Amino acid sequence: MDAKKHTISILVNNQPGVLQRVASLFGRRGFNIESITVGKSEEEGLSRMIIVTTGDNSKLEQISKQLYKVVDVIKVIDISANPMVERELALIKVNAEPSIRPEIIGVVETFRATIVDIGPKSIMVQVVGDSEKVKAMVELLKPYGVIQLTRTGVAAMIRGV
Amino acid sequence: MSTQTFKETNEELYNKLMQPDVISGSEILLRSLLLEGVDCVFGYPGGAVLYIYDAMHGNPDFNHLLTRHEQGAIHAADGYARSTGKVGVCIATSGPGATNLVTGIATAYMDSVPLVVITGNVMSTAIGTDAFQEADITGITMPITKHSYLVRDVKDLSKTVHEAFHIASTGRKGPVLIDIPKDVSAHKTQFTYDKKINIRGYNPTVTPNKLQVDRLVKAIEEAKKPVILAGGGVVYAGAHEELLEFVNKTKIPTITTLLGIGGFPSSNDLWLGMPGMHGTYTANKAIQNCDLLIGIGARFDDRVTMKVEGFAPNAKIAHIDVDPAEVGKVVETAIPCVGDVKKVLEMANQKAKAAQSEEWIEELQQMKRDFPLKYKDSDNLKPQFVIEMIHETTNGEAIVTTDVGQHQMWSAQFYRFNHPRSWITSGGLGTMGFGFPAAIGAQKGNPDRLVVSINGDGGMQMCSQELAICAINNIPVKIVVINNQVLGMVRQWQEIIYDHRYSHIDLSGSPDFVKLAEAYGVKGLRATNKEEARQVWQEALDTPGPVLIDFVVEKHENVFPMVTQGSTIDDMLMGDS
Repeated sequence: MDAKKHTISILVNNQPGVLQRVASLFGRRGFNIESITVGKSEEEGLSRMIIVTTGDNSKLEQISKQLYKVVDVIKVIDISANPMVERELALIKVNAEPSIRPEIIGVVETFRATIVDIGPKSIMVQVVGDSEKVKAMVELLKPYGVIQLTRTGVAAMIRGV
Repeated sequence: MSTQTFKETNEELYNKLMQPDVISGSEILLRSLLLEGVDCVFGYPGGAVLYIYDAMHGNPDFNHLLTRHEQGAIHAADGYARSTGKVGVCIATSGPGATNLVTGIATAYMDSVPLVVITGNVMSTAIGTDAFQEADITGITMPITKHSYLVRDVKDLSKTVHEAFHIASTGRKGPVLIDIPKDVSAHKTQFTYDKKINIRGYNPTVTPNKLQVDRLVKAIEEAKKPVILAGGGVVYAGAHEELLEFVNKTKIPTITTLLGIGGFPSSNDLWLGMPGMHGTYTANKAIQNCDLLIGIGARFDDRVTMKVEGFAPNAKIAHIDVDPAEVGKVVETAIPCVGDVKKVLEMANQKAKAAQSEEWIEELQQMKRDFPLKYKDSDNLKPQFVIEMIHETTNGEAIVTTDVGQHQMWSAQFYRFNHPRSWITSGGLGTMGFGFPAAIGAQKGNPDRLVVSINGDGGMQMCSQELAICAINNIPVKIVVINNQVLGMVRQWQEIIYDHRYSHIDLSGSPDFVKLAEAYGVKGLRATNKEEARQVWQEALDTPGPVLIDFVVEKHENVFPMVTQGSTIDDMLMGDS
């Protein structure tokens, strides 16, 4: 079976070491982590992790079963098996002498991204969207000279219900 | 023993322990352990557990056995747990004390043995500062524990102990670590003991899916060449009687894995022996030719399957296991039955009918007669002869622990077990140094049974310091050394696979084991031929208390059958016997 990208939502007890338990499980079982985000969930004392990984169906099944063996893991859902909303945020600092700024701003606005800071020789762009959109924005800004790039990883949720 | 049974059998002590006194964390720990039914703890003191050891001082209710190395303590707790079915408990101090437990924790984790491992740590305020004897033991052991706790508040301690015992002993069993900073063991609070357990996120699947069990029953009725592969899960679930009933009803030939030995009586006609790398000819052939393979509490380890792609090529596979992650992990499974092995078999036994296996059984019985386990006997003392002799003289009724290597495989082949929890060996991790301390734990848990510890001359030197506690406490383990003056299994591989290039396997210069035993105050005996072997072994059996017997055996003996790595299990080297 073909390896596919999967976005997994993992609800965990907000205990010290829980990130290490989950991340080290992925490491030692040879599961790949493309991105990982962790934050509080809707329920006090629980956190939600969103992990993007790749693998075929049997690998995904193993990941899910192994995760459930971690006592602090409460729920595991393959979000990408459903219609979902996936968002990532990136901050991109780009070389921008005043003369070139209007051109960059034009590119940024087309992407519905925003300028969040302007320095003497640079501007900082914030882009929000799925990973493809973020990637495309970065590619377009590369010719101007990307000084620094930081990405949040993916937050995701199933649509509807 | 559960808290409930403890209450019923020790009412006076129970009431005393349950008093809501204001006591230290150390006293809370000891009370909680007693309330969990712990009757023996193996351990070694040190700076970070001084409060805990202080609480033991003069405590007549608490039974602690001082080993000579933390590794000895945890292997003893492991042997205690495997032989009794209860949770084994050990205690060590922070830093090196804790890291000395790591091999034992990994051993227990690989073989699903319920342990509660207690370590001290430096003061809470010093954690993270590289303090004296500080080690992040919860971090170090995360991949080899079922769960772990770092207790930060003395108020959480009794609840943590209760949860740890619950997690260790339910579902797929395993070791749970509790790390207690020194100040937490000193702080005082009011003792409470809540019997309720509510761990969100921990709900082992115990009751099987009825539809899957029905599918299994139907597949059996249709099968002409069915085989059962019974693993350690049968023993751990206490499902040996249910398995026997299942086999009697379904007429399915049964193979026991290394850890499954004793889960099905070897005296039964339908028993085919052990599978895999050093399995019997018939067991391996049966797997390769079967049309239905029912794994029961077995995890299709690589030493069983060997080349996975060619494993059981014609079989539909059914898998009964309490751990859903094992189902489909190694082999594609047509009929998954997740649940407690005992419960699944109980359910199956209500409906199970015989398979159409008469011809198949006849074929396998003929194979058993044609290709029995054998060795070329000689006037020299052969290791297989020693194991057979031990089996015969103990009527197969002893608890036998082994170390790892050739003697382990010969013991698995030539000692025939009819009861569960009588065969104790490190299967998954293959830990040398395990066998002897495990025997001490098994003897503590089974004071009325004969415990024989079979070791090689290599592994014997990895935990021989525990001879001291046998002598001091008069723990009557019969310690067998199968002494071939070489690392035999490594030698065998170097001979067969590495073209006789023997690299660093010579153990000449090892101590005189008889003198070593005597140095500790343990009786030592030696045999170099068959006559002496019979004589000294009988003397050992007749001697109350611990005895070490050094059997000096033929050096160049190999374990057969043997399947080399990369081969399928029916591609066996049979030796020249």
